[in-house]
Amino acid sequence: MNPLKIIKNGIIDENPTLVQCIGLCPTLAVSTSAINGFGMGIAATAVLIGSNMAVSAIRKFVPDEIRIPIFIVVIAGFVTVAQLLISGFAPALDASLGIFIPLIVVNCIILARSEAFAFKNGVLASAADGIGMGLGFTLALTLFGAVREVLGNGTVFNIQVTPDGFQPALLVILAPGGFIALGTFMALFRVYQRWSAERKGEPVPDVASGCAACDAAAFCVGGVAVEAEKHSAEKANGPGGAKLPEFDGLAEGGAR
Amino acid sequence: MNLLWIFLGSIFVHNILLSRFLGCCPFLGVSTRIETAKGMGIAVIFVTVMAAVMTWLAYNLALVPLGLQYLYTLSFILIIAALVQFVELALKKINPILYKSLGIFLPLITTNCAVLGVAVINMNEHYGLLESIVNAFGSSAGFLLAILIMAGIRERIERNTNIPECLHGLPIGLVTAGLMSIAFMGFTGIIK
Repeated sequence: MNPLKIIKNGIIDENPTLVQCIGLCPTLAVSTSAINGFGMGIAATAVLIGSNMAVSAIRKFVPDEIRIPIFIVVIAGFVTVAQLLISGFAPALDASLGIFIPLIVVNCIILARSEAFAFKNGVLASAADGIGMGLGFTLALTLFGAVREVLGNGTVFNIQVTPDGFQPALLVILAPGGFIALGTFMALFRVYQRWSAERKGEPVPDVASGCAACDAAAFCVGGVAVEAEKHSAEKANGPGGAKLPEFDGLAEGGAR
Repeated sequence: MNLLWIFLGSIFVHNILLSRFLGCCPFLGVSTRIETAKGMGIAVIFVTVMAAVMTWLAYNLALVPLGLQYLYTLSFILIIAALVQFVELALKKINPILYKSLGIFLPLITTNCAVLGVAVINMNEHYGLLESIVNAFGSSAGFLLAILIMAGIRERIERNTNIPECLHGLPIGLVTAGLMSIAFMGFTGIIK
């Protein structure tokens, strides 16, 4: 596939935050201002490009059963590098992102791309995927951070943009505001998706598919819980349904 | 007394989900049924407390004496991954009944940011071993509390037909979490 197309795919069509709804913890936590969102996005992008290329380069030597621990080790290595660079060259960013820099290790976007893309594609394509997904994440975080910053503080990138009489709503920057603003943001994005699909005469995309359709389902508890619910629902309906795999095997093999 | 404040603070004031934003993925993904939410919450308590002990020992007995503190991210995640595998195997042998209810959640808790997050918080706050355990237990009990309340609310939301279509599923869940978070902000006053 054309690298440029892969990049565009990550930024728009499969935007990790807005379309795939993964990596919500950092999205909620660091989007209190545009600059925080931007810094977090760039740090995650750097890690994502590095880990995608490394995973893709070693994919032929990695046994399927232990691929997820190996992905985690690769990612943790790149995160440590990013962490040292940030604390060395951008101490202010280091202070405002705090605990969320080491937690890039468990950011589902990065692990999901290793699993869904880098493990199956070449080094160059994986690098392009890392750039696209990373920029998509950065864009969503910066935009979301800017909206929260305007409503909660009246500024964007620390520059005053609202008229003097504007009373900022501090709640938007505090923790509850993050949840409510993201919920509203997603709802508006769905309205937009619906509107644009209807205008083009295409079928309306199914947005409420939840954890079952997620790339991260193989190693995220959400995916397994969906399986478990399905399992218990079918058990309640009595025998006769298709035989389901044993959960022990499911868990050990990484749920797929 | 100090331990009591750490415990209450980590459950209510700095609730790991509603104020620190750690572990949001399972919080929003697994909170549609009370039964599943309960299993998930108990598994998180189990792993978080054990991980807090192991990472505290590793950090203070190995990394600090060797001057390798900068490797904490890498070593913590490895310790957690290994620990989870070990707990899973041990549980399967020792207590199959408990394994049946928690087993499916265990291996995948490795990538839950709540577990690693609590370990890093313990390190940043320079907690001793006992304080680390109390903080880990309080934080994960806070996780159980929040996810149970959330699951209870969402089971009811599901039957509500007045919700606009664009808010179905995740968006209304997020708004609900926001309202819960406002309620939990009311606890801020109990601790100085």
